[in-house]
Amino acid sequence: MTALSRLAHKLRPVLTVQTAALALVLFGNWLLFPGFFHLSIQDDRLFGSLIDVLNRGAPVAILAVGMTLVIATRGMDLSVGAVMAVSGAIAATLVQAGYPAGIAVPAALLAGVACGAWNGFLIAVLDMQPIVATLVLMVAGRGVAQLITEGSIVTFDDPWLGYLGTGSLIGLPMPVVILIVVAAIAILIVRRTALGIFIEPVGINASAARLSGLHSKLVLLAVYSFCGLCAGVAGILVAADIQGADANNAGLWLELDAILAVVIGGTSLLGGRFSILLSIVGALIIQATNTGILVSGLPPEFNLIVKAAVILVILVVQSPRMVGLMRPRSGRPK
Amino acid sequence: MNRALRPLAATTLIFVLAFAAAALQYPALLSTRVLGDLLTDNAFVGITAVGMTFVILSGGIDLSVGAVIGFSGVLAAALISWWGVHPLVAFAIVLAVAAAFGAAMGCIIHYLEVPSFIVTLAGMFLARGAASILTQDSIPITHPFYHEISTLALKLPGGGKITAIGVLMLLVFALGTLLAHRTRFGSNVYAIGGNPTSASLMGVPIGQTTILIYTLSSFLAGLGGIVFSIYTSAGYPLAAVGVELDVISAVVIGGTLLVGGYGFVVGTFIGVLMQGLVQVYIIFDGSLSSWWTKIVIGFLLLLFILMQRFVFATATVPRKG
Repeated sequence: MTALSRLAHKLRPVLTVQTAALALVLFGNWLLFPGFFHLSIQDDRLFGSLIDVLNRGAPVAILAVGMTLVIATRGMDLSVGAVMAVSGAIAATLVQAGYPAGIAVPAALLAGVACGAWNGFLIAVLDMQPIVATLVLMVAGRGVAQLITEGSIVTFDDPWLGYLGTGSLIGLPMPVVILIVVAAIAILIVRRTALGIFIEPVGINASAARLSGLHSKLVLLAVYSFCGLCAGVAGILVAADIQGADANNAGLWLELDAILAVVIGGTSLLGGRFSILLSIVGALIIQATNTGILVSGLPPEFNLIVKAAVILVILVVQSPRMVGLMRPRSGRPK
Repeated sequence: MNRALRPLAATTLIFVLAFAAAALQYPALLSTRVLGDLLTDNAFVGITAVGMTFVILSGGIDLSVGAVIGFSGVLAAALISWWGVHPLVAFAIVLAVAAAFGAAMGCIIHYLEVPSFIVTLAGMFLARGAASILTQDSIPITHPFYHEISTLALKLPGGGKITAIGVLMLLVFALGTLLAHRTRFGSNVYAIGGNPTSASLMGVPIGQTTILIYTLSSFLAGLGGIVFSIYTSAGYPLAAVGVELDVISAVVIGGTLLVGGYGFVVGTFIGVLMQGLVQVYIIFDGSLSSWWTKIVIGFLLLLFILMQRFVFATATVPRKG
């Protein structure tokens, strides 16, 4: 028995509402489509519905990594979808103009960081509310992207940039590899450097954090810049995937999916405690639901309804009221 | 002048100056034809923005309004064109469904303590999904009653006209202003937006007010959907995608703070007109591409927020020490 309880203890951090929900959605997919868990290797590359969920979910998961840190500081970044359009437009336009991917990709990433830093500047230095500050770029960003592509869909044929979207490394599709790299860097930064320790206090009580000597402004600037960088990466992936930049539709509404992923992952919109890994699990839940609806043969019109239902169920289960009902504490003051 | 009114006055002043500058360049802007169209073209955004003002005043946000506009239009069109319901009965059904939808969202926000951002996001998916289940295509409305109300208009001197939906928007703004400043519900909304804890301690019925706020917002979005179906004589499930952004921008440009507790319904009216002016200007200019609309509105948002910050910084003692 002790071995079993020790195992249960070890599994405790993994066994969360989110991982259980992901398992449940995947199980539901398996019921609808028995070949769901089937994996095969072709041309040194894994294929299967599970890999497809990871691959399709990668852009939102990457956005969710940056968004987690922003929300942990009690912020919000509505502009990531528009920033994706900007970075995709820059990468595509540069490659089409004859520049190598080695210049186009860093330029697009830099644009993402610049957009994030602009948001951070408005929020940290001018002290604006995050929703309003990022709303500005959400509205204007797509216009800027259209300005870069001059209103047309810029297509390109560059093997290196295309590789980022459709290639594979050690058997995994590139977007999944990039997601793992971005997540690993983010987790290393927040768990192994001082910056990570500063994020939660800024979210819990900005004034207290400042009074205890924290450079809240610098932390905010860094966090929003990082979120912009993540959006830049996601924008390049989406553009590389379709070998083109569509300023109107690239990343459209993905900011909402990313915020949803973070909330499903259990990070409170009121800031404070956060988990990057659980946000990624949240993004995968969203993608697994989408894939499940596709493979089930249900008309795509039901996609949004099922998505809304899944969100509501997860939110209801997670809501403070329900948690209070399910786990009545004995020492609770009456 | 009352200090609280300063941002509103500044917003109005900027609108008047912008309008004057545009009119100097294109004198035709001053015709009653353009002014009447400004009201007609923005009627559905304006009506929805009144509801959004109350939501934002209470410190919340409603992302579902664009989808509710789309759904209401489709439901109205389906009732009238497919099932032969009289438009007036169809309107009543649509408004009741929209209000019930808002009430349900309000209940989830209040009783389950889930942030309004997320609940209304789920509501957006739900309403948009329901609309596309009803139909994938645009449903034309050919009922004679529709033709009648869409051509009903007050003639103005100078060839312009104010249509029925334009008048309806003005009416909704007038009623919204009364509701905000002359009723208990209005005071409760301001109190909750200012500080929910002290509002609750003062005896403001938080739950009832929250549910009513989201009911009102969805009801007005439903009305906006009906207006949009009159405007286009059709119901289309993908109508008004992204209109929630225009509506929120109008409220913010109108001087309502997104943290809640401060703002005016009249300000929102000016916010709606300001966005309409940008679009009209770009149409008049002719050489500017439509994406400039987005950049200009983004810039305007920034300008107004900065201006409000400046006015607030000089008008009130900074809260942070």
